[in-house]
Amino acid sequence: MASGSAPESLAQPAQRGGVFLSTNVIALGAILILAAVAPAVLSEYWLKAILIPTLIFGLAAFGLNMVTGYAGLISMGQAAFMAVGAFAAVIAYGRFGVPIPLALLCGGALSALIGVIVGTPSLRIKGLYLMVATLAAQFIIIWILQRVPWTGTGSFATLNTPPVRIASWNLDTTADRYYLVFSVVLLLTLFGYNLVTSRIGRAWMALRDHDIAASVMGISMLRYKLLAFLMAAFYAGVAGGLVVFCWTGAASVQEYELEISIEILGMIIIGGLGSVLGSYLGAVFILLLPILISFAMQQLTTLIGHSNVSAAVLANAEHIVFGVLVLYFLVKEPHGLARLWKRFASWLDAKRG
Amino acid sequence: MGDLIYAIELLTTGVFTGLMYSMVALGFVLIFKASSVFNYAQGAMTLFAALTVVGLMPHLGLAGSLLATVAVMCVMAVVAERIVFRPLMGASQLTIFMGTVGFASILEGAAQIVWGTKPQGLKLDIPVEPLKFGELLVSRQDLFAAAVAGVFVGALVWFFRNTRTGLALRAIADDPAAAQVVGIKLRRVWAIAWALAGAIAIAAGVLWGNRIGVHFAMSLIALKALPVLIIGGIDSVAGVIVAGMIVGAAEALGEGFIGTYIGGGVQDVMAYIVALLFLMFRPSGLFGQSTILRV
Repeated sequence: MASGSAPESLAQPAQRGGVFLSTNVIALGAILILAAVAPAVLSEYWLKAILIPTLIFGLAAFGLNMVTGYAGLISMGQAAFMAVGAFAAVIAYGRFGVPIPLALLCGGALSALIGVIVGTPSLRIKGLYLMVATLAAQFIIIWILQRVPWTGTGSFATLNTPPVRIASWNLDTTADRYYLVFSVVLLLTLFGYNLVTSRIGRAWMALRDHDIAASVMGISMLRYKLLAFLMAAFYAGVAGGLVVFCWTGAASVQEYELEISIEILGMIIIGGLGSVLGSYLGAVFILLLPILISFAMQQLTTLIGHSNVSAAVLANAEHIVFGVLVLYFLVKEPHGLARLWKRFASWLDAKRG
Repeated sequence: MGDLIYAIELLTTGVFTGLMYSMVALGFVLIFKASSVFNYAQGAMTLFAALTVVGLMPHLGLAGSLLATVAVMCVMAVVAERIVFRPLMGASQLTIFMGTVGFASILEGAAQIVWGTKPQGLKLDIPVEPLKFGELLVSRQDLFAAAVAGVFVGALVWFFRNTRTGLALRAIADDPAAAQVVGIKLRRVWAIAWALAGAIAIAAGVLWGNRIGVHFAMSLIALKALPVLIIGGIDSVAGVIVAGMIVGAAEALGEGFIGTYIGGGVQDVMAYIVALLFLMFRPSGLFGQSTILRV
């Protein structure tokens, strides 16, 4: 547990004589404790509007990071995989009475299966071509979900989940749902962390750095590239299931449009490609920043007394500020927020001796 | 007979639409050739340009507002080079891609603050009644749009082949380091590529605006042009033109004949389905050269 989800902590000496806790370990412990007591101290709004979505999208981003950050294969279809997971999970639970944990797995599994199919072109193509292939997957999957009678149909296809309960545990408060999200995310993050630091993760990185050289050295391109797509889609699928059961209470197609895929891609680029920590930092950045900007702008307008600034202008100004901040952080640290944190942590470690 | 006429009508509409896709696709090709980056902001640029034209039209007339918008897009090109490419020079392609996403966000925000968020009508002065060739009806608007798109595409091909800047662009696409060694100014060429992409955005914005109105969905049309690139082969201009026509025709025919059975919307994904087939069986596209990798 101690080395949990801070990926870079292993690379650094955690102990230098005596009991020296590195900044990473302290930060991780603090975050885990805070996350565990969050429902007791934070308001409903914080849990529902900020913590739950951040964890869910962080999970989807981590999945995408496996395929894009570690294996170097760009995918613009992560939101569509979430949609597959969401619909599969809600159908499994709602129509067939599959228990929630298994329903989440069902969502993940179906999504993973489709992920493998979508990933097959990656054996032959890269870069922009792969981008278009996954873009095609994004549009085609959403299109199919809107048209297959099975899912309810219509461009606003929506399936509501029945009351969520696991055995005798009724998840009717936001705190309950938060704990479910938290435990699933924690479990999958640990699993994923072990995956990317294992032989498989190293194979992915070798393929990313030079796929032909790696395959000459005996790393099976077929197996590892498809595995990367499989894992990415699996994580997205589970995240989609969590959206339904713990956040919005419904699977609906228009919540998984292309913009969401771009946002998830943005999370891992800003957070840090090939970094577990970065996936979650990126999710915080992309989800929290618009809220902060919006809050700041409102404070600003009341401060200078421009009550006649229209909501539309405000919304668009937020767009501009968001774009500027994205550019600022990219220029400041092209390797992502995880690298910024790493530098800060090692600076602090050195300072503390 | 009726079916055949219908099919031919669909086909011509499709081919005309396809030419407009080709034009938008060339906007991507330009930036991609100049910097190996997928420019997500192309769609936002189209929206920005169209909104600017519509916004200025009451004051300056069509010609005046077009000229003014060209100036605006040139300024935008220089700004893009300054705030996206120069600071991110040397960063990974994905990082620069994210930079263009940020830039798109800025452009969309700016355009809608200045010109408002309401969908706008943009009407070019073209008679609505179609031309008749025997039994065949052809829309004048489509014909005009296709002609403009055709001229644009032709001019770009000429530009790539016959001007020094075009040559410089091709050189940078080939090998940026070597191009700089022989004295090609990377920054200047990048700014020019962006300005040209801006010009394409204006043409696309006006032509599509005339057809579907100017609103947010315009950004998506740019994405529809991507499959055209794949089918045509990214390094072949002729391929992009032919591919545009194929996609347009496939969309129109698919919507007209298959769409009635499964409730429409076929044209939303037709381009991608065709592109996927190409990716599976002929990844280098219609006329593109297949690349050979050396280790």
